[in-house]
Amino acid sequence: MTKHRGRGIASINYPIGMNLGGDPSQALVHSNPSGKFTVSLSSIDLGQGMKSVTRQICAETLGVPVEDVYVDTADSDTGPHCMGSFASRATHRVGNAVMAAAKEARGVMMEAAAEELEVNAADLETDGRGNIHIKGAPHRSISTKDVAIAAQFKQGKTISGRGIFLVPLSDVDPETGEMSPATCYAHACLVAEVEVDDETGEVAMVRMDSAYELGRALNPRLVEQQLVGGAWMGVSHALYETTEPYYPDSSHGPRDFVEYLMPGPGDICPHDIAVLERPAADGPFGAKGPGEMCANPALPAVANAIFNAVGVRIDELPITPEKVLRAIKAQGGARSQPRR
Amino acid sequence: MLELRKDIFADERDDNLKEIGKGTQRQDMLGHVTGTSTYFDDHKLQGMLHLKIVRSTHSHARLRRIDTTDAERSPGVRRIIRGADVPRNLNTLLSLINFGIDDEPTLAVDKVRYTGEPIVAVVADSPREAYEAMAKIRIDYEALPTVFDVEEALKPGAPVVNETYPKNTFTYYDKYDHQKLRFGDVERGFGEADHVLEQRYQMSPIEHAPTETNGSIAAPDTNGRYVVYTSTQALFFSVDTCAKILDVPSNTFHFIGGTVGGGFGGKVDTITEPLAILGAMLTGRPVRYMLGREEEMQYGPPRGAERIYIKDGVMRDGRVVARKVRAYFDSGAYTRLSSYAAVKCAAHLPGPYTIPNVYGDVYCVFTNRTPATAMRGFGVTAMDFAIECQMDKLANLVGMDPMEFRILNAYRDGDMKAHRREAKNTALIECVQVAAEKAKWPLRDEFRRASSRKDGGGSRAAIPPPPRDADAQRVAASQQRTTYDRAPAAAVREAPAASQPSPPPPPRPQAPSHGATRFSSVFGTRRR
Repeated sequence: MTKHRGRGIASINYPIGMNLGGDPSQALVHSNPSGKFTVSLSSIDLGQGMKSVTRQICAETLGVPVEDVYVDTADSDTGPHCMGSFASRATHRVGNAVMAAAKEARGVMMEAAAEELEVNAADLETDGRGNIHIKGAPHRSISTKDVAIAAQFKQGKTISGRGIFLVPLSDVDPETGEMSPATCYAHACLVAEVEVDDETGEVAMVRMDSAYELGRALNPRLVEQQLVGGAWMGVSHALYETTEPYYPDSSHGPRDFVEYLMPGPGDICPHDIAVLERPAADGPFGAKGPGEMCANPALPAVANAIFNAVGVRIDELPITPEKVLRAIKAQGGARSQPRR
Repeated sequence: MLELRKDIFADERDDNLKEIGKGTQRQDMLGHVTGTSTYFDDHKLQGMLHLKIVRSTHSHARLRRIDTTDAERSPGVRRIIRGADVPRNLNTLLSLINFGIDDEPTLAVDKVRYTGEPIVAVVADSPREAYEAMAKIRIDYEALPTVFDVEEALKPGAPVVNETYPKNTFTYYDKYDHQKLRFGDVERGFGEADHVLEQRYQMSPIEHAPTETNGSIAAPDTNGRYVVYTSTQALFFSVDTCAKILDVPSNTFHFIGGTVGGGFGGKVDTITEPLAILGAMLTGRPVRYMLGREEEMQYGPPRGAERIYIKDGVMRDGRVVARKVRAYFDSGAYTRLSSYAAVKCAAHLPGPYTIPNVYGDVYCVFTNRTPATAMRGFGVTAMDFAIECQMDKLANLVGMDPMEFRILNAYRDGDMKAHRREAKNTALIECVQVAAEKAKWPLRDEFRRASSRKDGGGSRAAIPPPPRDADAQRVAASQQRTTYDRAPAAAVREAPAASQPSPPPPPRPQAPSHGATRFSSVFGTRRR
């Protein structure tokens, strides 16, 4: 029995948002009389952190502390329309809608502050800590709370904003496929190192190194959780998972997590990630979206690493020990490729 | 471990931001880690009933008779729901954006097209009483021939899975059984290439495997409205789908969701809401319909399996000069969203590389299995697997380092993409360089110095001339007959053909006529 190590790579790009566009999202932002803001959406937080990312976008745009913003979402009576949380669209589409709504609300807030400070609104700036002051004169300031009270009870202004983001719908030429599928693309490259046992056909992950380009990491910790989890979803797709083990024969489908294989804690390996930021012209603060694409490079990188380790190409997923072993036997033993 | 490479593309960013770029703790963290966040299934309503589904035991069969007499008298049963009880028992999800034809019943009536297809819904006081009633329902099936393989399904005489699409393929632009992509002249490219490699790739269907399975609870509200707690990934998609199937105005419903236990694409299909609401309408009581794990895994929609053939022409120096792709999306028995994925897949060709000749045919095929739906990377994951395995084989074939091979072929700012739009804001090269650095994978100087912002455009910005008509017809005829050689990494050497003079470009095809089947941005407007 010999265990053979090998490395494989894959590089990919990924379109952000629904293919062809035409997928709007809306947002409403308003302040209560204490200067605390609510973002109303109908978008979904699947656990990925959509609420937190839109909250940060709103706080940055308004120029207020993130603690002063709360995101309320997914009530069809109170939240304006959103297509949904899929197609890597929430950060880009909903983020832009929230940004537009927050800009409008900020405009009213600055007008109200200007009236209180008896200056021109263009001469004011926010400090991000809950105050609005005259540019170059931080001592001449007013808190957002006092602005909100004045707007509500004295000036009769509503500190609120509406936002929508829509990438216009693209036609498709039926003959050539000419189309505008997306306005921006995220990028990635992943190197997988595996160890293949030539007696059992088992593939163990040794380590992963990767670089992901996402426009802007709005919250690096949320980005990290997506990239780490997503890469494992890709590895699992490559090596473990299928609902039809004899596809296209549909028999023997798994019914629970005992029969449906996925990697467990003992199967994972170190993953060293670099994040690059090349801002998208139409992204909120340049952001694209890490959601879906982070899983994609792992599948082919693992398959290519197996070839590098033992010289067999498995072009049918999942790459089970049985397939690896049969392929090794068919070629008369493991044939390690030059180590890279 | 995550490292932010702020040094790269620094001149394109303003990093003087206060909140953006901070690892602020999530707004919902405390609720999630203490188990107090409210999910749809946390709404235990007084008098709530439970809805369970009798599913087909056949992959393809005519329904001769459905006898629910004994089940209706079974203890605890409040209501048996049949196809005839559903106001509009035919729908396709993307009809909301005016794409595709209604092809899927909520409850099967004459025929079942996959094992697990819903036939009867039982609404009872408890899950146990619902299961006991289900055991008393007798269904007479007349088995029909089945087809499970995407290429078998396209052959003449194959069983017709879904009568809406008698050729077992989704219909594009009212005339084609596949989505096309045409750029340059692949046959001329193969003729000029030093090596031509054709390979077959087969994906597996997989499960989204969310912690929380699909489900919803619907309850009668005051003033004739219904409140619906749901795990949907797309709130208004679900609202409007329910309004259509139940034939009531959309503001009949008050949908509440937004905190969901994992989606990955498996909660876009509005599987449970229509029947939960119908159950509430018919009984006047709150109704809960949640998939069990086996249902979620086998009858909830999976990621479909794709089969992909790629034929590439590559030069000795590593330049890929032609890429021809034929891909089949296994949609299962109904369309759901696979029709959309095929278009997205065609748009993705030939991957993040600048290749002067690209040809793609992407099919959305119907088979007698659980309908597939969206999943993370929908339309792209499979193609990336095929393309990147293929790129590795090509690098091996010409004796190049696989990282350098990708940098050589990578798209750059200003290049023309195969869907005829200029590449902008590209960063593939930098990702490869940084990944190489992290993995301590040596690159030669010229590849370390390469940049997405350099050496693109120019002649790479041109739209290459198409093949002559006669060539195009020959290609179309031979495409279906292409045999695949299973020998791994077999390189076929083709004699270079004499280069042909460029023909004049043909007249531009007309834009689709108004009202033709296509995507519409007017969400909620059914037909224009």
